[in-house]
Amino acid sequence: MSDAKTEAKQAKPSAVGVFFDELRGSSLLIPVLAIVSGLLLGGLIVAVTSKSFYEVWSTSPLQAIGNGLKAAWESYVTLFAGAFGKPSKIIDAIQGGDALEIRRAFNPLFESLVKSIPYMFAGLAVSLGFRAGVFNIGVEGQIFMGGIFSVWVGYTFKGLPPIIHIPFAFLAGALGGALWGFIPGLLKAKTGGHEVINTIMMNYIAYRLTDWLLREPMKRPGSTNPISPIIEDSAKLPQFFENPIRFHLGFFIALAVAALVYWFLFKTRWGFDLRTVGANPRAARYAGMNIVTGTIMAMSLSGALAGMAGANELLGVNHNLSQTFSPGYGFDSIALALLGRTHPVGVILSALLFGFLRNGAVRMQASAGIPIDIISVMQAFILAFIAAPAIVRTIYRLKEPKKAEAEFHVRGWGGS
Amino acid sequence: MAAILELEGITKRFPGILANDHINLALEEGEIHALLGENGAGKTTLMNILYGLYSPDEGRILIRGQDSHIRSPGDAIRAGIGMVHQHFMLIPVFTVTENVMLGDESTTFGGVLDHNTVAKRILEISSAYNLEVDPSARVSALAVGVQQRVEIIKLLYREASILIFDEPTSVLTPQEADQLFRIMRSLAESGKSIIFITHKLREVLEVADRITVIRQGRVIGTTTPREADMNKLASMMVGRDVILEIAKAKAKPAGVTLKVQNLKVLSDRNTMAVNGVNFEVSAGEVLGIAGVQGNGQTELVEALTGLRHPVEGRVELLGKEIGRGTPRQITELGSAHVPEDRQRDGLVLSYPVTDNLVLNTYYLAPFAKGVVLQPKVIEQHAEELIEAFDIRTPSSLVNVGTLSGGNQQKVIVARELSRPIKLLIAAQPTRGLDVGSIEYIHSRVIQKRDEGVAVLLVSTELDEVLQLSDRVAVMYRGQIVDVLPIEEATKERVGLLMAGIHPESQAA
Repeated sequence: MSDAKTEAKQAKPSAVGVFFDELRGSSLLIPVLAIVSGLLLGGLIVAVTSKSFYEVWSTSPLQAIGNGLKAAWESYVTLFAGAFGKPSKIIDAIQGGDALEIRRAFNPLFESLVKSIPYMFAGLAVSLGFRAGVFNIGVEGQIFMGGIFSVWVGYTFKGLPPIIHIPFAFLAGALGGALWGFIPGLLKAKTGGHEVINTIMMNYIAYRLTDWLLREPMKRPGSTNPISPIIEDSAKLPQFFENPIRFHLGFFIALAVAALVYWFLFKTRWGFDLRTVGANPRAARYAGMNIVTGTIMAMSLSGALAGMAGANELLGVNHNLSQTFSPGYGFDSIALALLGRTHPVGVILSALLFGFLRNGAVRMQASAGIPIDIISVMQAFILAFIAAPAIVRTIYRLKEPKKAEAEFHVRGWGGS
Repeated sequence: MAAILELEGITKRFPGILANDHINLALEEGEIHALLGENGAGKTTLMNILYGLYSPDEGRILIRGQDSHIRSPGDAIRAGIGMVHQHFMLIPVFTVTENVMLGDESTTFGGVLDHNTVAKRILEISSAYNLEVDPSARVSALAVGVQQRVEIIKLLYREASILIFDEPTSVLTPQEADQLFRIMRSLAESGKSIIFITHKLREVLEVADRITVIRQGRVIGTTTPREADMNKLASMMVGRDVILEIAKAKAKPAGVTLKVQNLKVLSDRNTMAVNGVNFEVSAGEVLGIAGVQGNGQTELVEALTGLRHPVEGRVELLGKEIGRGTPRQITELGSAHVPEDRQRDGLVLSYPVTDNLVLNTYYLAPFAKGVVLQPKVIEQHAEELIEAFDIRTPSSLVNVGTLSGGNQQKVIVARELSRPIKLLIAAQPTRGLDVGSIEYIHSRVIQKRDEGVAVLLVSTELDEVLQLSDRVAVMYRGQIVDVLPIEEATKERVGLLMAGIHPESQAA
């Protein structure tokens, strides 16, 4: 008994523990308050832009405010129901006992999870880059490359057993993304060309490449639309439930990859290299680390993770490549990675948040008539608050974090 | 004599520290009052309060007996307070005149700058106080000592009567420092009042009328050079008795460890920073490289440690050419490097002490097995070094950035000296540290020397070089002007060499 107790005390800090420790060190409140503020401001915008508000405003401002608040409240209720499912419907379905109805009732929840998977991969991609000191804006292009590679493997090879075909197609996607990260990585390391500029350019190349591929070599025979053939069944990520629930294996792959990224970054000497290059490149050089290979490796791995986001979507959900399969996962994931403090655990949590918001917004648009773009506005608010914690601190009158600032001023004034 | 400036009960708190704790200080008219204390004792905070950059939590400032509210540097300047900063606030591409009038431009009709009047005024000031300077010279072309004079003129031009000098000698040669002291004397004689901030005991005894010692935000006492000596001041500063002179046996140099031949290294600006340097360091001796900051020492050290590739010449470590080696190759040959800028190069401030202690050995057994780091071994290693090197930290897992400068440096020293090494390259190993840490690091360096390690010490603190070295090389404008055995390396002789004046070439 007592042995077990002491063992528990000395247990190594878990991944989750480390994440929360890091948060506590820098104040857990900021991301939470950023989200809350984003939701509040989003609600305000819904209120102000609703017809029932601005049409009544000139005649009766008070009533207009009431209408606006009502509109905001209703849209959040539908957002919530869209993201988690309606409790009343779930209870009815379970009492009714009809399997299809039960699946339908639970579908919103699972659909939110499905939506969060690409965010997980893409968020990990951005985070790994950040940790190594590179700003990978090219995740979107790398997602497309991952999609191209995995779909090609998915429909070209026929007769493979799933146990081979799925990993093959998935890793092909990772390779495509890695290639698209490797190039700007190489350019940065060898020529100093800034990765932000180069990855943006690589995004354009990836879009247009997709365009061309879908019109020419990868075009589905007999189709007039720019769309690829459907992948073989053997390449599809298995789904766990019947229609309409699309929840698939990708979710667990994402969690496993997050764990792997955590292990790589914090438990291996490669990760130590990358993090040191990111935290203080001069000290990394002093310590004998190779900045050139570090940068190339970081960009390639980041690209590989982004490629997995593309592969996941196409093998798990879309099953064929089209020009519109990513609604900007790559760009949202930058905000997401910051919200998750570039830590794998944080990324998973933020990705879930984004998935639920996005999925809820679809329902909100359908039933409350609120445009889905309001979610983008909310995400923008959240990102602004995360990027400038001073705003959140000022609004909520939080204290300055620790004494870092004070020290800085003292140092700035000499004392050598 | 009347007090021109009185600080009464000044208290300033920062989160977690009491930077100033009811400080009382009276500056009399026409005196040089030294404020002596270690880094972090609260000198700079106090002066920033006086200069209006911080407002005190408690206490008041009296100027000529009048309660004064100084809320900004502008208020301070209007109250006649001027500060000569450690890092000069001059614009290099402007002339002396332009720099002096900056922020207080005098103009003729229509807003045209009136250079002539200002230049005339500068000449008046410079002849009144022996501050020789050419008003039309471009600041970038002036020697550091002269630039400092421009800073002083700037204050006098604004008719400051209270002058604060913040560590003014840190960038000067001993001769330039002597000249500065003469200037300070003549300023005081003509009625200016001076606060002289420093941590150098010798200077305080040389120039101050009165000395106030601050420790941990509190005034420990006020004394005069007549009543005090170095040992007394040092113990007031540190709070215990201090050994100022390190006891060391005569060196027993063995074979040559490091051999540098005709080394040429470019600076970041592509100028020849190291221009044909030759020297050797033997096992069991300390070769000190003295010189004013910016004479190629930084580039020399970078070339010897693989951080910068030389354009010409040879560097041999134990017979192996390392001029083109990477930092890792050189480290693995048994070279240790205490870098000049510890926070920029030597540490990752956002990493815990544990990781910093294995920053250049993390990839080796036992710290890594294959590719997997061994946190338990790394932590164990850290605990041992924290104990052995007396690193004051709440735990081995706190970030190194939260430690004091002295303890940060101890982390580096512990990391570098705990490995089996043949060569130690220590650049500015005690810059900005408290007396206790300096003492400790010096003794560790000598200990390594006695174990047969070749030590190359690069320092701009002449006292440090003279104290630790067995031979002294003086670097000036990228060249080693002379190498002296320690017995012949007097302060005067080395000081002249640091200014590029070679006795023999003078005679010729």
